[in-house]
Amino acid sequence: MVSTLDQIFVLLKHWIVSLLPAVLQPVTGVVLSVVAIICVFPALFAISVLLERKGLGRMQNRIGPNRVGPLGILQPVADGIKSLTKEDIVPTNADAVVHFMAPVFLVVVVFMGYAVLPMGRNMTLVKMDAALLFYFAMGASTELAVFMAGWSSRNKYSLLGAMRAVAQMISYEVPLLLSSVSVVMITGSLSLDKIVEAQNRYTWGLPHWYIFTPWGCAAFVMFAIAATAETNRSPFDLPEGESELVAGYFTEYSGFKFAEFFLGEYVGMLSISGLGTTLFLGGWSAPLEVLGFVPSWIWFFSKVMLSICVMIWMRGTLPRLRQDQLMNFAWKFVLPFTLLILVDVVVWRFMGEGWLRWIVCSAILLIAYVGIGRSEMLRKKIGPRNYRYAE
Amino acid sequence: MTIVFWILSFLTVLGGLAAVTLRNTVHCALAVAVAFAGLALLYLQLDAQFAGFAQILIYIGAVAILVVFAILLTRGSDTPTDGIFSRTWFAGTAIAAAVFAVLGWAVIQSVHALPHETAAPAVTVNQIGNALLGRYVLPLEIVALLLTAALVGAVMVAMHEKGESK
Amino acid sequence: MTALGGYLLVAALVFAIGLGGALTRRNAILVLIGIELMLNAANLNLIAFWRYGPHPEALTGMMFAVFSIAVAAAEAAVGLGLVISIYRHTRTTDLDEMNRMKG
Repeated sequence: MVSTLDQIFVLLKHWIVSLLPAVLQPVTGVVLSVVAIICVFPALFAISVLLERKGLGRMQNRIGPNRVGPLGILQPVADGIKSLTKEDIVPTNADAVVHFMAPVFLVVVVFMGYAVLPMGRNMTLVKMDAALLFYFAMGASTELAVFMAGWSSRNKYSLLGAMRAVAQMISYEVPLLLSSVSVVMITGSLSLDKIVEAQNRYTWGLPHWYIFTPWGCAAFVMFAIAATAETNRSPFDLPEGESELVAGYFTEYSGFKFAEFFLGEYVGMLSISGLGTTLFLGGWSAPLEVLGFVPSWIWFFSKVMLSICVMIWMRGTLPRLRQDQLMNFAWKFVLPFTLLILVDVVVWRFMGEGWLRWIVCSAILLIAYVGIGRSEMLRKKIGPRNYRYAE
Repeated sequence: MTIVFWILSFLTVLGGLAAVTLRNTVHCALAVAVAFAGLALLYLQLDAQFAGFAQILIYIGAVAILVVFAILLTRGSDTPTDGIFSRTWFAGTAIAAAVFAVLGWAVIQSVHALPHETAAPAVTVNQIGNALLGRYVLPLEIVALLLTAALVGAVMVAMHEKGESK
Repeated sequence: MTALGGYLLVAALVFAIGLGGALTRRNAILVLIGIELMLNAANLNLIAFWRYGPHPEALTGMMFAVFSIAVAAAEAAVGLGLVISIYRHTRTTDLDEMNRMKG
């Protein structure tokens, strides 16, 4: 019973495929999985848009949208109808072909990343040996789409926003890859299925998730920072900062194309949360051994939505970073720290089982964190904050 | 010679042709990105998964962006007034056509002598990793040095010199 | 015409297109784009021979192609740095204008 519920989507797919003649069977299996992904993730996008608006509203001491349905639940539907029916304005001077292709290319490339995420036991669309490399290849192609959008609008502000966005995405791509390499080094495989399988073991009821190791915790933090910067979310959202650049690289887009960019951004957020969950939080494995009866896909999607909630929380709390602060942070703190995490992984692996390696690895990381942090602060002459209150 | 091979080859050659004949420089850069994507798909067709994904990651994700940034920094997006082809375009095209003729003739003449094993090699990333640190460790280290030297060199060459008027 | 012959012809065609572009365009960056196309065509040749050749388990062709991709990326970076530096000095990227050794 339990394993049936766990595998219910796989069994459903097998049943539908078995109803068809043998010639069409492989194609239908893949098409069904693709259709499922295309239906599920935009639904999650609608939920996260609503969650963001209500959540940000509450954090800013106001209620979010509450007119459209009971408690504003139908707001994404209203937004969708608005985007689809608004007039699609293309500037006269704009490069029409590239202007049209940019959002389409972005959405296609972002959805391709879902092909390798393991969403449950046996629920990966394509089992590839070099799955993580495929995911990062798709992530790297998003930068070109962003540039196409900014350049084709023939607008100085769009171009500036696009250049900033591309510079930011390139800078944070290297720490993103390096923090994933630490996980790959311990598991010994680039395949995301094997990484989740390696985390699916339990000691004294607690799981072997990589976030519970010292290097895994540090790598997860670096991954989270780099992921937030890759998807242009606050506090790294200078490229789309409303107060500086109108809307950055998608200023000249209206109607459905703007909705495509919006969709691309949130689906990208869900995708990279999915990757972070797979690499560090154990993918579809349950937190405690006793909770193994809950279906695996429920765990995966709960962890992804938890990551989205943390990203929304960060957006509501932290102020925006300036472009030079952002780049300094990437190249002078995050990248050296990520390289140190790789050294830490090697120490962990070759020190043998036991409590000593926990202490040594944690000590290395803590000393480095405090050391690099302090030296940066001294260089910039930042002292403790002093508060001034109105008299 | 499947239909997929024809479609991908057509896409690649079309991208290459567009890259060298279009008027607008940024369009050329985007067309060459299409050619890179076509080539990556051809590598995947040839069961070279690692090379295909590395091609997408490096060429489309980094080299195409680099070319585009260089075009923007050198004001290449203004279309030139007096023609896009140089004065010696006829000689260049003739040389390219001659090179293609020679290479094509060589391939067609030797079709019967080409090796043709059709067993698909099952290459895992594990084998590639072992090979990189086993048999090919010297090229790996030399490429690492080369990339460092290229990084430092490119930054030095493109840096603003002190005292030079902007 | 075997499959390998088809791949080699496509590689030869892309190489010739890249060569034509490198020899006929005026803009220095487009010459670099032509050079990248030539390198890619050579990579396609390597991978095609690796796939249809006698010893695919030795991984020679694929490794050669991967190293070639890395070296091409380094060369593109340095080349584009040079083009930017020359632009800063002569305010043009037109190769027909740069026909004197005197700076």
